[in-house]
Amino acid sequence: MTQAATNVEQDDAAPVESVDLRKEFEAVDIASVLAQLDKELIGLVPVKTRIREIASLLLVERIRRKMALASTFPTLHMSFTGNPGTGKTTVALRMANILHRLGFVRRGHVISVTRDDLVGQYIGHTAPKTKEILKKAMGGVLFIDEAYYLYRPENERDYGQEAIEILLQIMESQREDLVVILAGYGDRMEKFFQSNPGFRSRIAHHIDFPDYSETELLSIAELMLSEQNYLMSPEAREAFVRYIAIRKTQPLFSNARSIRNALDRIRLRQANRLVGRLDGVLTSAEVMSIEAADVLASRVFSDGPGMPGTVA
Amino acid sequence: MRITQGCFSFLPDLTDAQITAQVQYCLDKGWAVNIEFTDDPHPRNTYWDMWGLPMFDLRDAAGIMRELAECRRVYGERYIRISGFDSSHGWESVRLSFLVNRPKEEPGFRLDRQESGGRNIRYSTHGYAAVRPEGERYGS
Repeated sequence: MTQAATNVEQDDAAPVESVDLRKEFEAVDIASVLAQLDKELIGLVPVKTRIREIASLLLVERIRRKMALASTFPTLHMSFTGNPGTGKTTVALRMANILHRLGFVRRGHVISVTRDDLVGQYIGHTAPKTKEILKKAMGGVLFIDEAYYLYRPENERDYGQEAIEILLQIMESQREDLVVILAGYGDRMEKFFQSNPGFRSRIAHHIDFPDYSETELLSIAELMLSEQNYLMSPEAREAFVRYIAIRKTQPLFSNARSIRNALDRIRLRQANRLVGRLDGVLTSAEVMSIEAADVLASRVFSDGPGMPGTVA
Repeated sequence: MRITQGCFSFLPDLTDAQITAQVQYCLDKGWAVNIEFTDDPHPRNTYWDMWGLPMFDLRDAAGIMRELAECRRVYGERYIRISGFDSSHGWESVRLSFLVNRPKEEPGFRLDRQESGGRNIRYSTHGYAAVRPEGERYGS
């Protein structure tokens, strides 16, 4: 409400001649959001650079609006491409926060949807469903995960096309009310944009998320563990480095998500080990610490590199 | 005759900016906002048709204003009202309701007096527009 109120004031006020950039920068306080992004997200340097650039652009755009120099509302729709587990959803949440602070979306909430939420099951079901979601997302960010599933070229009577048309129409006509972020894996998004040129031209910012390096994955693991009050012993750490190296060569590797799942299973084994000897007295250090044995019990080590099949 | 009812009935018709602000107030309170329309102007007519479904879980008025624009496009020559429904325990009822659209010409009401037993008089109001069948009452 306050955000909307200040926007109205700005529109009514006479255009200003000069603006104190530092004051403006501190007033919206994006510095803290960017710092938080730096702290909580490991790696992703190109992504952070792009977000910084977009934030600067929006700050300047905001000043231009104050000076009555900007006539049209900027297009803010984005596309995030990258492999699984590279932080697309997390960055989308931060992006909504940045857009909200700069006053480009009124509420700053994120509605995260996939094909199922937009596309109906029978004729006449899709349009109300899509419109319902769009109404909920108004004033915030609509995050469409795996957006390429909307378009199914192999079935020409697929209802996805209807959802795409409604989406494109709103993306154009209500740019002030809604920011759409499409996310998905790089190559498939590329195909999606090729068959739907309308999308590509309506999206201003294409951001590509690179894969994490092995050292980055290790720091992510350590960050996750420290958030949950766990500690890896030096041997466990060394074993985990080897685990990452092998797991990376295996199929279905999804970056940070695989790491999180691996840690969940390691915690499981650690708990099992602790419960295994019921007679002792547990110290808090023991409950916190993860030993090499917990890591080495993983099936990844026994399967060896490049082995297909299930992953433990 | 300009018909008034609900909230803000003593004010001139609200502008779209004012309607947006009222709708946003409802949403900030957590009420579900509905759009209803009718072409029977009688004050005792409580059965209005609903435009689409009740809109739960919205955060911003823009979505409702879009629906209202659509409703006005289709039923511009009818009465349209917006209501805010509070679903919280103990209320479970409409908390706010106001007119947002009216026909260009409102013919008003006739007052019928009926002499009944003794010297009693019974009154009834009769909307001129309601003489015609539903859907043909206001021009369109």
